[in-house]
Amino acid sequence: MSVTKDDVRKVARLSRIAVTEEHVEDLTGELNSIMGWIDQLNEVDVDGVEPMTSVVETKLPMREDVVTDGNIQDQVLANAPRSEDGFFVVPKAVE
Amino acid sequence: MTELTKLTLAAALDGLKAKSFSAREITQDFIQAIEQSRVLNAYVVETPEKALAMADASDARLAKGEGGKLEGAPLGIKDLYCTAGVRTTACSNILGEFTPTYESTVTQNLWDQGAVMLGKLNMDEFAMGSSNETSRFGPVVNPWRREGDNRDLTPGGSSGGSAAAVAGDLCLAATASDTGGSIRQPAAFTGTVGIKPTYGRASRYGMVAFASSLDQAGPISKTVEDSAILLEAMCSHDPKDSTSLNIETPDWRSDVAKGVKGMRIGIPKEYRMDGMSEEIDKLWEQGIEWLKAAGAEIVDISLPHTKYALPAYYIVAPAEASSNLARYDGMRYGARVDGDNLAGTYEATRADGFGAEVQRRLMIGTYVLSSGYYDAYYLRAQKVRTKILNDFVEAFESCDAILTPTCPSPAFAFGEKSGDPVEMYLNDVFTVTANLAGLPGISIPAGLSAGGLPLGLQVIGKALDEAACFRVGGELERAAGFVAKPEKWW
Repeated sequence: MSVTKDDVRKVARLSRIAVTEEHVEDLTGELNSIMGWIDQLNEVDVDGVEPMTSVVETKLPMREDVVTDGNIQDQVLANAPRSEDGFFVVPKAVE
Repeated sequence: MTELTKLTLAAALDGLKAKSFSAREITQDFIQAIEQSRVLNAYVVETPEKALAMADASDARLAKGEGGKLEGAPLGIKDLYCTAGVRTTACSNILGEFTPTYESTVTQNLWDQGAVMLGKLNMDEFAMGSSNETSRFGPVVNPWRREGDNRDLTPGGSSGGSAAAVAGDLCLAATASDTGGSIRQPAAFTGTVGIKPTYGRASRYGMVAFASSLDQAGPISKTVEDSAILLEAMCSHDPKDSTSLNIETPDWRSDVAKGVKGMRIGIPKEYRMDGMSEEIDKLWEQGIEWLKAAGAEIVDISLPHTKYALPAYYIVAPAEASSNLARYDGMRYGARVDGDNLAGTYEATRADGFGAEVQRRLMIGTYVLSSGYYDAYYLRAQKVRTKILNDFVEAFESCDAILTPTCPSPAFAFGEKSGDPVEMYLNDVFTVTANLAGLPGISIPAGLSAGGLPLGLQVIGKALDEAACFRVGGELERAAGFVAKPEKWW
C-alpha cells in the first residue's frame, strides 16, 4: 500500500498541521519509506491472537464519584495564551 | 575542589548523613559545575536558588538527625516531568513558556525524600528521537569523544540531557524516561547505568505523555546501586494514574550485591543481527563469560518475533502520540499562532510549534488510525505485541534473565544518522522489545569501543523482577570494573 500526495494532504488536515505544497512532496517520500518498512508486519500470523493490553494482569480501578479538586481558576488559566475575566479567549468558533 | 560532584549517589548520601559536608556545599559545587559546562547544553533550565533553598532545608533536617532516603542529594530532572513553578516544555516550542501549577508524582516522591532539584534536563522533543537532535534548545553534547577526534558526539536520546549530566558530573543522578529505549540507549552512549522498570511501577501522572502504553519513568546514574536507590524512591502506587500498579516497591538496593550464582541467563539468538559490529559481539561474549565465571548457567533462547518489534513500535507509538498530542491546540496553554479562522489557528499553531520529527510521527499516527486502517495497522501491531510478549514468557520458562547488547553501535556524531528516519529508528532495535512487552531492562557500561567510547550490555527481566536486573547488573558492573570517565575538554 503506497502513500499518495492526496493521503499526505488528508492526514495533514486531520492532524491539524499546516503543510506547504512543497513539503507534501518530501513527506510523501518519507511516509512511503516508513510505511513500506512497517508493512513487514503483514508476514506475522496473528489469527486468533488477542491484542496486548498490559503485561501485568490488572483490572482498571474504580474510584468514588466525588469532586477531588476545584476552586483553582487562577491555576487553570495561568498558562493560557489569552484570557479575560476568568475565561479563555479563543478565536470565533461559530460562523 | 569539585570532588564532591564526582561522588556516587550512595557515597554522597553517606557523607551527608555523617555531616562530612553539607547539602549546601555539594549543591553549590554542582551549581558551579553546571555553570562551567553550558557548552554541553545538558540543562535547559537551571534552578540554583531553588536548589540552595532545598539544600538548606535538607541541612536543617539532617542537623536534627532527620531526613528522607535522598536527603540533600542534588538531582537533575528530565524536562518531561512537570515541576510546579519551573518551566516544563518537553523541549518543544509548542509548550511555549508553560509553567506547571502542579508536580509530577515521580518528582514529588523525590522531594518527599529530601532530594534537591538542580534544574531541568534537555531531551528530544516530546521524547521522540535517539540523538537529542530534535530538542527545541539544540542537541546535548556527549562529554565523551572518540580518541584523537574532537567532533561532537550525540549522547543518545531521548534522555540525552540526563545521561550527559550524569556522565559529566553535573548531578548525582537524574530522572529519565523510556518509551523505546530512551533511558538505556543514552546510558550506553555515556558510560552510565539506566533502568526502565516494569510498566506500571512508576506513576505517569505529570509526565508529558508520548505513547501512554509504553512510557515509563526510570533513573540514569553512575552505578547500579545508585539506580536501585533512585528507582525505589521514584516508584509508587498512584491513584492519579489508572495504569499504576497497586503493589509494594521492593528493596532493590540489597539485590545489587547478591551475585548470580545459580541464575539461568538467556542468550537470544535473534539479537545476533546481520551487520552488527564485531566489537559489540565481542562485548556480548565477554558478558557471557563474566556471568559464567560468577556461577550463572548460560541458556540459549529464541525470541522469534524480535525483528517485528521496531515496525510494531512505529505503529503503536505514533498512533498513541497522535492522540496524546491532540491536546496542543494553542487554546488553553502553550504557544498560539493566529490563523484566518479557528482551524487555521490550530494548523498554524501546530505547524509552528512541532518540529519535523514530531510532525512526521503525528502524521504516521494519524494515518494508521484513519478510517479503514485501524485494523490493518494499530490492531495488528497490538497483536504482534502479544506475540512478542509470548516469546518472552516462553523464554523465561528456561531462564531467569536475558543478556543482550544495549545498542548496535557506540555514540555517533551529529548528522551521521539524521538523514534517514528508519536508520535512526534502528538504534532502538535491542531496547524496544522490553517496552512493547512491558518488561524491566537495565543498561550497564561494560567496555570501550576501539575508538574509546563506552559500550553497554542490557539485562531484561521478567515482569516485576527488577531484582534480577539489579543482581545481574551488579555482577556485570563488578566484573567489568568500568571506571573510565570522559576526559574533560569542556
